Amino acid sequence: MPSETVDSRRLVGVLAERVTNVSSNDFPGHYPGEDHSWDLTNFQKNLTVKVQRLSQHSIDFDIVGVDASIANAFRRIMIAEVPTVAIEQVFVWNNNTVIVDEILAHRLGLVPLNVDPSLMIMKGPDDPPTDQNTLVFHVDITCERNPKAPKGTLNPHELYINSEFLSSHLTWTPAGEQEEVFADNKPAPTNSNIVLAKLRPGQQINMELHAVKGVGKDHAKFSPVATASYRLLPQIKIIKPIPPSKAEKFQKCFSPGVIKIDPRTQEVSVDEKNVRNDTVSREVLRHPEFAGSVELSRVRDYFLFNVESEGPYAPERILPEAIKVMREKLAVIRQAAEALRDKSTTIDSDVVMTDS
Amino acid sequence: MAETVEKIKLLKSSPDLSTATYQIHDESHTIGNSLRWMLMKNPKVEFCGYSVPHPSENVINVRIQMYDNVSSLDALISALDELDKVCETVEDGYLASLREGKFERWVERT
Repeated sequence: MPSETVDSRRLVGVLAERVTNVSSNDFPGHYPGEDHSWDLTNFQKNLTVKVQRLSQHSIDFDIVGVDASIANAFRRIMIAEVPTVAIEQVFVWNNNTVIVDEILAHRLGLVPLNVDPSLMIMKGPDDPPTDQNTLVFHVDITCERNPKAPKGTLNPHELYINSEFLSSHLTWTPAGEQEEVFADNKPAPTNSNIVLAKLRPGQQINMELHAVKGVGKDHAKFSPVATASYRLLPQIKIIKPIPPSKAEKFQKCFSPGVIKIDPRTQEVSVDEKNVRNDTVSREVLRHPEFAGSVELSRVRDYFLFNVESEGPYAPERILPEAIKVMREKLAVIRQAAEALRDKSTTIDSDVVMTDS
Repeated sequence: MAETVEKIKLLKSSPDLSTATYQIHDESHTIGNSLRWMLMKNPKVEFCGYSVPHPSENVINVRIQMYDNVSSLDALISALDELDKVCETVEDGYLASLREGKFERWVERT
Protein backbone atom coordinates (compact mmCIF):
# COMPACT_ATOMS: atom_id res chain seq x y z
CA MET A 1 0.00 0.00 0.00
CA PRO A 2 2.89 2.45 -0.45
CA SER A 3 1.23 5.67 -1.49
CA GLU A 4 3.94 6.65 -3.95
CA THR A 5 3.02 3.77 -6.25
CA VAL A 6 -0.71 4.61 -6.51
CA ASP A 7 -1.50 5.63 -10.06
CA SER A 8 -2.68 9.23 -10.09
CA ARG A 9 -5.67 8.15 -12.19
CA ARG A 10 -6.93 6.19 -9.19
CA LEU A 11 -6.98 9.28 -6.97
CA VAL A 12 -9.91 11.49 -6.12
CA GLY A 13 -8.44 14.87 -5.18
CA VAL A 14 -9.68 16.45 -1.96
CA LEU A 15 -9.11 20.20 -2.05
CA ALA A 16 -10.15 22.88 0.42
CA GLU A 17 -13.42 23.74 -1.31
CA ARG A 18 -13.81 21.09 -4.00
CA VAL A 19 -13.18 17.52 -5.01
CA THR A 20 -11.58 16.55 -8.32
CA ASN A 21 -11.54 13.49 -10.63
CA VAL A 22 -14.54 11.95 -8.96
CA SER A 23 -15.81 9.65 -11.72
CA SER A 24 -14.10 6.51 -12.85
CA ASN A 25 -12.96 6.67 -16.46
CA ASP A 26 -11.56 3.21 -17.10
CA PHE A 27 -13.82 2.67 -20.10
CA PRO A 28 -12.86 1.67 -23.65
CA GLY A 29 -12.36 4.75 -25.77
CA HIS A 30 -11.74 7.13 -22.89
CA TYR A 31 -7.97 7.23 -23.26
CA PRO A 32 -6.87 7.08 -26.91
CA GLY A 33 -4.77 4.03 -27.67
CA GLU A 34 -5.51 2.31 -24.38
CA ASP A 35 -7.62 -0.79 -24.02
CA HIS A 36 -9.89 -0.68 -21.02
CA SER A 37 -12.33 -3.35 -22.16
CA TRP A 38 -13.39 -5.98 -19.67
CA ASP A 39 -10.73 -8.56 -18.94
CA LEU A 40 -11.47 -11.14 -16.29
CA THR A 41 -7.90 -12.36 -15.76
CA ASN A 42 -6.72 -8.79 -15.38
CA PHE A 43 -9.51 -8.15 -12.88
CA GLN A 44 -8.64 -11.28 -10.92
CA LYS A 45 -5.00 -10.23 -10.86
CA ASN A 46 -5.74 -6.73 -9.59
CA LEU A 47 -8.45 -7.60 -7.09
CA THR A 48 -7.52 -7.70 -3.43
CA VAL A 49 -10.02 -8.65 -0.77
CA LYS A 50 -8.71 -8.61 2.75
CA VAL A 51 -10.39 -8.93 6.11
CA GLN A 52 -8.88 -6.46 8.55
CA ARG A 53 -10.74 -6.81 11.84
CA LEU A 54 -13.38 -9.14 13.12
CA SER A 55 -15.38 -9.14 16.32
CA GLN A 56 -18.51 -10.99 17.34
CA HIS A 57 -20.64 -8.10 16.08
CA SER A 58 -18.71 -6.39 13.31
CA ILE A 59 -16.21 -6.89 10.52
CA ASP A 60 -13.89 -4.56 8.64
CA PHE A 61 -12.68 -5.64 5.23
CA ASP A 62 -11.08 -4.04 2.17
CA ILE A 63 -12.13 -4.61 -1.42
CA VAL A 64 -9.53 -3.15 -3.77
CA GLY A 65 -9.82 -3.04 -7.52
CA VAL A 66 -13.57 -2.93 -8.12
CA ASP A 67 -15.68 -0.07 -9.44
CA ALA A 68 -17.85 1.92 -7.07
CA SER A 69 -20.95 0.48 -8.74
CA ILE A 70 -19.99 -3.05 -7.69
CA ALA A 71 -19.00 -2.05 -4.15
CA ASN A 72 -22.22 -0.08 -3.84
CA ALA A 73 -24.27 -3.02 -5.10
CA PHE A 74 -22.85 -5.19 -2.32
CA ARG A 75 -23.53 -2.50 0.26
CA ARG A 76 -27.10 -1.97 -0.94
CA ILE A 77 -27.81 -5.71 -0.94
CA MET A 78 -26.38 -6.18 2.55
CA ILE A 79 -28.76 -3.52 3.84
CA ALA A 80 -31.88 -4.17 1.83
CA GLU A 81 -31.98 -7.61 0.24
CA VAL A 82 -30.42 -10.19 2.51
CA PRO A 83 -33.42 -11.88 4.16
CA THR A 84 -33.99 -12.25 7.89
CA VAL A 85 -36.89 -13.25 10.11
CA ALA A 86 -38.80 -10.67 12.16
CA ILE A 87 -42.14 -10.33 13.89
CA GLU A 88 -44.69 -9.17 11.36
CA GLN A 89 -48.09 -9.70 12.96
CA VAL A 90 -49.12 -9.11 16.55
CA PHE A 91 -52.49 -10.27 17.87
CA VAL A 92 -53.20 -8.47 21.09
CA TRP A 93 -55.61 -10.31 23.37
CA ASN A 94 -54.98 -8.01 26.26
CA ASN A 95 -52.78 -4.99 26.83
CA ASN A 96 -53.66 -2.48 29.51
CA THR A 97 -50.19 -1.05 29.90
CA VAL A 98 -49.42 2.60 29.13
CA ILE A 99 -47.86 1.59 25.77
CA VAL A 100 -50.57 1.45 23.14
CA ASP A 101 -50.95 -1.68 21.01
CA GLU A 102 -49.56 -0.31 17.76
CA ILE A 103 -46.46 1.18 19.37
CA LEU A 104 -45.80 -2.06 21.19
CA ALA A 105 -46.33 -4.04 17.98
CA HIS A 106 -43.84 -1.81 16.20
CA ARG A 107 -41.28 -2.26 18.98
CA LEU A 108 -41.74 -6.04 18.82
CA GLY A 109 -41.14 -6.01 15.07
CA LEU A 110 -37.74 -4.40 15.57
CA VAL A 111 -36.49 -7.09 17.98
CA PRO A 112 -33.73 -9.10 16.20
CA LEU A 113 -34.40 -12.84 16.24
CA ASN A 114 -31.76 -15.57 16.13
CA VAL A 115 -33.56 -17.60 13.43
CA ASP A 116 -31.50 -18.80 10.47
CA PRO A 117 -33.51 -17.49 7.49
CA SER A 118 -32.48 -20.41 5.28
CA LEU A 119 -34.69 -22.65 7.42
CA MET A 120 -37.81 -20.73 6.41
CA ILE A 121 -39.50 -19.83 3.16
CA MET A 122 -40.89 -16.45 2.18
CA LYS A 123 -44.59 -15.97 2.90
CA GLY A 124 -46.47 -14.39 0.01
CA PRO A 125 -49.20 -11.83 0.71
CA ASP A 126 -51.98 -14.35 0.08
CA ASP A 127 -50.29 -17.45 1.50
CA PRO A 128 -51.78 -18.98 4.61
CA PRO A 129 -49.37 -19.27 7.55
CA THR A 130 -47.70 -22.69 7.71
CA ASP A 131 -44.93 -24.25 9.78
CA GLN A 132 -42.52 -23.39 6.94
CA ASN A 133 -43.21 -19.68 6.68
CA THR A 134 -44.34 -18.55 10.13
CA LEU A 135 -42.99 -18.79 13.66
CA VAL A 136 -45.38 -18.21 16.54
CA PHE A 137 -44.43 -16.60 19.83
CA HIS A 138 -46.61 -15.93 22.85
CA VAL A 139 -46.36 -13.39 25.62
CA ASP A 140 -48.43 -13.58 28.75
CA ILE A 141 -47.23 -11.53 31.67
CA THR A 142 -48.98 -9.83 34.56
CA CYS A 143 -47.42 -7.36 36.94
CA GLU A 144 -48.08 -7.87 40.64
CA ARG A 145 -46.92 -6.47 43.94
CA ASN A 146 -44.05 -8.41 45.45
CA PRO A 147 -45.14 -9.59 48.88
CA LYS A 148 -41.47 -10.17 49.84
CA ALA A 149 -40.32 -6.67 48.89
CA PRO A 150 -37.81 -5.22 51.35
CA LYS A 151 -39.34 -2.54 53.52
CA GLY A 152 -38.93 1.03 52.36
CA THR A 153 -37.52 0.19 48.93
CA LEU A 154 -38.41 2.36 45.95
CA ASN A 155 -36.84 0.06 43.35
CA PRO A 156 -39.61 -1.19 41.03
CA HIS A 157 -37.71 -4.44 40.41
CA GLU A 158 -38.00 -5.23 44.11
CA LEU A 159 -41.45 -3.74 44.66
CA TYR A 160 -43.17 -5.56 41.80
CA ILE A 161 -43.02 -8.86 39.97
CA ASN A 162 -42.79 -8.51 36.17
CA SER A 163 -42.34 -4.75 36.25
CA GLU A 164 -40.75 -4.90 32.80
CA PHE A 165 -41.75 -6.68 29.61
CA LEU A 166 -38.40 -7.93 28.29
CA SER A 167 -37.54 -9.63 25.02
CA SER A 168 -36.83 -12.76 27.08
CA HIS A 169 -40.58 -12.99 27.80
CA LEU A 170 -41.23 -14.04 24.19
CA THR A 171 -41.87 -17.77 24.27
CA TRP A 172 -41.76 -19.75 21.08
CA THR A 173 -44.62 -22.14 20.32
CA PRO A 174 -43.44 -24.79 17.86
CA ALA A 175 -45.83 -26.00 15.19
CA GLY A 176 -45.64 -28.94 12.78
CA GLU A 177 -42.05 -29.95 12.01
CA GLN A 178 -40.55 -26.85 13.61
CA GLU A 179 -39.52 -28.71 16.76
CA GLU A 180 -37.03 -30.80 14.73
CA VAL A 181 -36.01 -28.08 12.26
CA PHE A 182 -35.10 -25.59 14.98
CA ALA A 183 -33.91 -28.20 17.49
CA ASP A 184 -30.30 -26.97 17.83
CA ASN A 185 -31.17 -23.27 17.93
CA LYS A 186 -34.48 -22.50 19.55
CA PRO A 187 -36.04 -19.34 18.06
CA ALA A 188 -35.63 -16.41 20.46
CA PRO A 189 -34.45 -12.79 20.41
CA THR A 190 -30.66 -12.44 20.00
CA ASN A 191 -30.66 -10.11 22.97
CA SER A 192 -32.79 -11.25 25.88
CA ASN A 193 -32.52 -7.96 27.72
CA ILE A 194 -34.49 -5.50 25.57
CA VAL A 195 -37.10 -3.59 27.57
CA LEU A 196 -40.26 -3.49 25.46
CA ALA A 197 -42.69 -2.04 28.00
CA LYS A 198 -42.92 -1.19 31.67
CA LEU A 199 -45.74 -2.50 33.81
CA ARG A 200 -47.25 -1.70 37.17
CA PRO A 201 -49.47 -3.89 39.40
CA GLY A 202 -52.69 -4.88 37.66
CA GLN A 203 -51.37 -4.33 34.14
CA GLN A 204 -50.95 -7.28 31.83
CA ILE A 205 -49.91 -8.19 28.33
CA ASN A 206 -51.26 -11.21 26.48
CA MET A 207 -50.31 -11.47 22.82
CA GLU A 208 -49.62 -13.85 19.98
CA LEU A 209 -46.81 -12.89 17.60
CA HIS A 210 -46.17 -14.18 14.10
CA ALA A 211 -42.64 -13.90 12.71
CA VAL A 212 -42.03 -14.22 8.96
CA LYS A 213 -39.11 -13.98 6.57
CA GLY A 214 -38.61 -10.70 4.74
CA VAL A 215 -36.08 -8.28 3.27
CA GLY A 216 -34.90 -4.86 4.36
CA LYS A 217 -36.34 -3.04 1.36
CA ASP A 218 -39.79 -3.98 2.64
CA HIS A 219 -39.13 -2.88 6.22
CA ALA A 220 -35.91 -1.96 8.04
CA LYS A 221 -36.66 -4.52 10.75
CA PHE A 222 -35.71 -7.23 8.22
CA SER A 223 -32.27 -5.72 7.59
CA PRO A 224 -29.55 -8.11 8.86
CA VAL A 225 -27.08 -5.31 9.51
CA ALA A 226 -27.00 -2.46 11.95
CA THR A 227 -24.78 -0.54 9.55
CA ALA A 228 -23.08 -1.52 6.33
CA SER A 229 -20.92 1.21 4.87
CA TYR A 230 -17.75 1.83 2.94
CA ARG A 231 -15.35 4.71 2.55
CA LEU A 232 -12.36 5.24 0.31
CA LEU A 233 -8.79 4.87 1.50
CA PRO A 234 -7.38 8.32 2.29
CA GLN A 235 -4.02 9.29 0.88
CA ILE A 236 -1.83 12.05 2.24
CA LYS A 237 1.15 13.23 0.26
CA ILE A 238 3.61 15.63 1.87
CA ILE A 239 5.16 17.67 -0.92
CA LYS A 240 7.19 20.20 1.04
CA PRO A 241 9.02 19.30 4.26
CA ILE A 242 7.26 20.59 7.36
CA PRO A 243 9.49 22.78 9.57
CA PRO A 244 10.22 21.06 12.92
CA SER A 245 8.62 23.94 14.84
CA LYS A 246 5.33 23.26 13.06
CA ALA A 247 5.53 19.47 13.21
CA GLU A 248 3.22 19.04 16.17
CA LYS A 249 0.64 21.44 14.79
CA PHE A 250 0.75 19.56 11.50
CA GLN A 251 0.26 16.25 13.29
CA LYS A 252 -2.78 17.60 15.12
CA CYS A 253 -4.47 18.43 11.81
CA PHE A 254 -4.98 14.69 11.22
CA SER A 255 -6.55 11.83 13.11
CA PRO A 256 -4.40 10.33 15.89
CA GLY A 257 -1.65 8.02 14.64
CA VAL A 258 -1.80 9.14 11.02
CA ILE A 259 1.26 11.44 11.12
CA LYS A 260 4.54 10.29 12.60
CA ILE A 261 7.18 12.69 13.94
CA ASP A 262 10.71 11.38 14.17
CA PRO A 263 11.70 12.03 17.81
CA ARG A 264 15.29 12.90 16.85
CA THR A 265 15.03 14.93 13.67
CA GLN A 266 11.42 16.14 14.09
CA GLU A 267 10.89 14.98 10.53
CA VAL A 268 7.21 14.53 9.61
CA SER A 269 5.96 11.48 7.69
CA VAL A 270 2.73 9.62 7.01
CA ASP A 271 2.16 6.32 8.80
CA GLU A 272 1.07 4.08 5.92
CA LYS A 273 -0.50 1.54 8.29
CA ASN A 274 -2.68 4.09 10.04
CA VAL A 275 -3.52 6.36 7.12
CA ARG A 276 -6.83 4.53 6.79
CA ASN A 277 -7.89 6.01 10.12
CA ASP A 278 -7.78 9.54 8.79
CA THR A 279 -11.10 11.29 8.40
CA VAL A 280 -9.80 13.62 5.65
CA SER A 281 -11.18 16.52 7.66
CA ARG A 282 -9.16 19.01 5.54
CA GLU A 283 -8.13 20.82 8.71
CA VAL A 284 -4.57 21.04 7.35
CA LEU A 285 -5.82 23.03 4.37
CA ARG A 286 -7.17 25.77 6.65
CA HIS A 287 -3.73 26.83 7.87
CA PRO A 288 -1.86 29.22 5.57
CA GLU A 289 1.54 27.97 6.80
CA PHE A 290 0.80 24.53 5.33
CA ALA A 291 -0.44 25.86 2.00
CA GLY A 292 1.07 23.87 -0.84
CA SER A 293 2.90 21.47 1.45
CA VAL A 294 0.40 18.63 1.43
CA GLU A 295 -1.98 16.98 -1.05
CA LEU A 296 -5.03 15.14 0.21
CA SER A 297 -6.83 12.53 -1.85
CA ARG A 298 -8.71 9.27 -1.70
CA VAL A 299 -8.11 6.12 -3.75
CA ARG A 300 -11.14 5.64 -5.99
CA ASP A 301 -11.16 1.84 -6.11
CA TYR A 302 -10.00 1.13 -2.55
CA PHE A 303 -13.08 0.40 -0.46
CA LEU A 304 -12.88 0.08 3.30
CA PHE A 305 -16.05 -1.70 4.35
CA ASN A 306 -17.45 -1.78 7.84
CA VAL A 307 -20.37 -4.09 8.52
CA GLU A 308 -22.09 -4.41 11.87
CA SER A 309 -24.32 -7.40 12.28
CA GLU A 310 -27.37 -7.65 14.43
CA GLY A 311 -29.51 -10.71 14.25
CA PRO A 312 -28.89 -14.22 13.01
CA TYR A 313 -25.86 -13.81 10.77
CA ALA A 314 -22.32 -13.74 12.12
CA PRO A 315 -20.70 -10.57 10.71
CA GLU A 316 -18.37 -12.51 8.39
CA ARG A 317 -21.34 -14.30 6.82
CA ILE A 318 -23.11 -11.18 5.58
CA LEU A 319 -20.99 -10.42 2.50
CA PRO A 320 -21.19 -14.00 1.16
CA GLU A 321 -24.97 -13.89 1.68
CA ALA A 322 -25.16 -10.58 -0.19
CA ILE A 323 -23.10 -11.98 -3.06
CA LYS A 324 -25.39 -15.00 -3.17
CA VAL A 325 -28.42 -12.70 -3.48
CA MET A 326 -26.68 -10.66 -6.19
CA ARG A 327 -25.84 -13.79 -8.21
CA GLU A 328 -29.41 -15.02 -7.90
CA LYS A 329 -30.66 -11.70 -9.23
CA LEU A 330 -28.22 -11.85 -12.14
CA ALA A 331 -29.28 -15.41 -12.93
CA VAL A 332 -32.97 -14.42 -13.00
CA ILE A 333 -32.31 -11.49 -15.33
CA ARG A 334 -30.09 -13.64 -17.53
CA GLN A 335 -32.79 -16.23 -17.87
CA ALA A 336 -35.32 -13.56 -18.83
CA ALA A 337 -32.88 -12.03 -21.32
CA GLU A 338 -32.31 -15.41 -22.95
CA ALA A 339 -36.06 -15.98 -23.15
CA LEU A 340 -36.34 -12.59 -24.85
CA ARG A 341 -33.58 -13.52 -27.29
CA ASP A 342 -35.27 -16.82 -28.14
CA LYS A 343 -38.54 -15.00 -28.66
CA SER A 344 -37.01 -12.37 -30.96
CA THR A 345 -35.19 -14.98 -33.07
CA THR A 346 -38.39 -17.03 -33.55
CA ILE A 347 -40.17 -13.87 -34.68
CA ASP A 348 -37.36 -13.28 -37.17
CA SER A 349 -37.65 -16.82 -38.58
CA ASP A 350 -41.43 -16.41 -38.80
CA VAL A 351 -40.90 -13.35 -40.94
CA VAL A 352 -38.50 -15.27 -43.19
CA MET A 353 -41.06 -18.05 -43.60
CA THR A 354 -43.85 -15.71 -44.66
CA ASP A 355 -41.51 -14.05 -47.17
CA SER A 356 -40.60 -17.32 -48.86
CA MET B 1 -51.04 -12.75 -9.58
CA ALA B 2 -47.48 -14.01 -9.82
CA GLU B 3 -45.80 -14.70 -13.16
CA THR B 4 -47.96 -12.15 -14.94
CA VAL B 5 -45.20 -9.51 -15.10
CA GLU B 6 -42.28 -10.15 -17.41
CA LYS B 7 -38.85 -9.69 -15.83
CA ILE B 8 -37.55 -7.88 -18.93
CA LYS B 9 -39.68 -5.90 -21.35
CA LEU B 10 -38.38 -4.48 -24.61
CA LEU B 11 -39.45 -0.84 -24.83
CA LYS B 12 -37.98 0.98 -27.83
CA SER B 13 -35.64 -0.80 -30.19
CA SER B 14 -34.38 -1.00 -33.73
CA PRO B 15 -35.36 -4.21 -35.61
CA ASP B 16 -31.85 -5.66 -35.34
CA LEU B 17 -31.73 -4.80 -31.59
CA SER B 18 -28.57 -2.77 -32.11
CA THR B 19 -30.25 -0.03 -30.11
CA ALA B 20 -32.78 -0.93 -27.46
CA THR B 21 -34.27 0.06 -24.12
CA TYR B 22 -34.93 -2.77 -21.71
CA GLN B 23 -37.25 -2.38 -18.80
CA ILE B 24 -36.18 -4.69 -15.98
CA HIS B 25 -38.88 -5.35 -13.44
CA ASP B 26 -38.23 -5.43 -9.68
CA GLU B 27 -34.68 -4.08 -9.89
CA SER B 28 -33.07 -0.87 -8.68
CA HIS B 29 -29.78 1.03 -8.73
CA THR B 30 -28.12 -2.07 -7.29
CA ILE B 31 -28.34 -3.92 -10.59
CA GLY B 32 -28.80 -0.84 -12.77
CA ASN B 33 -25.52 0.85 -11.97
CA SER B 34 -23.35 -2.27 -11.95
CA LEU B 35 -24.91 -3.49 -15.19
CA ARG B 36 -24.36 -0.12 -16.82
CA TRP B 37 -20.72 -0.18 -15.73
CA MET B 38 -20.15 -3.68 -17.07
CA LEU B 39 -21.85 -2.82 -20.39
CA MET B 40 -19.69 0.26 -20.75
CA LYS B 41 -16.60 -1.94 -20.37
CA ASN B 42 -17.63 -3.59 -23.65
CA PRO B 43 -15.87 -1.82 -26.56
CA LYS B 44 -18.78 -2.62 -28.91
CA VAL B 45 -21.17 -0.57 -26.77
CA GLU B 46 -21.56 2.96 -28.06
CA PHE B 47 -23.79 4.15 -25.25
CA CYS B 48 -25.28 2.69 -22.11
CA GLY B 49 -27.34 4.38 -19.45
CA TYR B 50 -29.98 3.46 -16.96
CA SER B 51 -32.72 5.24 -15.07
CA VAL B 52 -35.31 4.64 -12.41
CA PRO B 53 -38.24 6.31 -14.19
CA HIS B 54 -40.30 6.84 -11.06
CA PRO B 55 -39.52 6.04 -7.42
CA SER B 56 -42.89 4.41 -6.84
CA GLU B 57 -42.52 2.07 -9.80
CA ASN B 58 -40.19 -0.78 -9.06
CA VAL B 59 -38.48 -0.88 -12.46
CA ILE B 60 -35.32 0.32 -14.18
CA ASN B 61 -34.85 1.25 -17.82
CA VAL B 62 -31.54 0.27 -19.40
CA ARG B 63 -30.71 1.89 -22.71
CA ILE B 64 -28.03 0.24 -24.85
CA GLN B 65 -26.74 1.42 -28.22
CA MET B 66 -24.20 -0.70 -30.10
CA TYR B 67 -21.62 -0.03 -32.78
CA ASP B 68 -21.68 -1.98 -36.09
CA ASN B 69 -25.34 -3.10 -35.72
CA VAL B 70 -24.44 -5.78 -33.19
CA SER B 71 -27.26 -7.09 -31.00
CA SER B 72 -27.54 -5.28 -27.68
CA LEU B 73 -29.27 -8.29 -26.16
CA ASP B 74 -26.12 -10.39 -26.62
CA ALA B 75 -24.12 -7.61 -24.97
CA LEU B 76 -26.61 -7.55 -22.09
CA ILE B 77 -26.36 -11.30 -21.57
CA SER B 78 -22.57 -11.32 -21.66
CA ALA B 79 -22.47 -8.38 -19.23
CA LEU B 80 -24.65 -10.36 -16.83
CA ASP B 81 -22.28 -13.32 -17.15
CA GLU B 82 -19.29 -11.15 -16.48
CA LEU B 83 -20.92 -9.53 -13.45
CA ASP B 84 -21.52 -13.00 -12.10
CA LYS B 85 -17.82 -13.74 -12.48
CA VAL B 86 -17.00 -10.50 -10.67
CA CYS B 87 -19.19 -11.63 -7.78
CA GLU B 88 -17.56 -15.05 -7.78
CA THR B 89 -14.06 -13.57 -7.76
CA VAL B 90 -14.84 -11.19 -4.92
CA GLU B 91 -16.43 -13.98 -2.90
CA ASP B 92 -13.47 -16.32 -3.46
CA GLY B 93 -11.04 -13.61 -2.42
CA TYR B 94 -13.07 -12.81 0.67
CA LEU B 95 -13.40 -16.41 1.78
CA ALA B 96 -9.69 -17.01 1.14
CA SER B 97 -8.78 -14.04 3.31
CA LEU B 98 -11.16 -15.23 6.00
CA ARG B 99 -9.67 -18.74 5.93
CA GLU B 100 -6.14 -17.37 6.06
CA GLY B 101 -7.12 -15.71 9.33
CA LYS B 102 -4.48 -12.98 9.23
CA PHE B 103 -6.65 -10.30 10.76
CA GLU B 104 -7.19 -8.69 14.10
CA ARG B 105 -9.77 -10.34 16.32
CA TRP B 106 -11.30 -8.33 19.06
CA VAL B 107 -14.18 -8.56 21.50
CA GLU B 108 -16.88 -5.96 21.31
CA ARG B 109 -18.62 -5.05 24.52
CA THR B 110 -22.38 -5.35 24.40
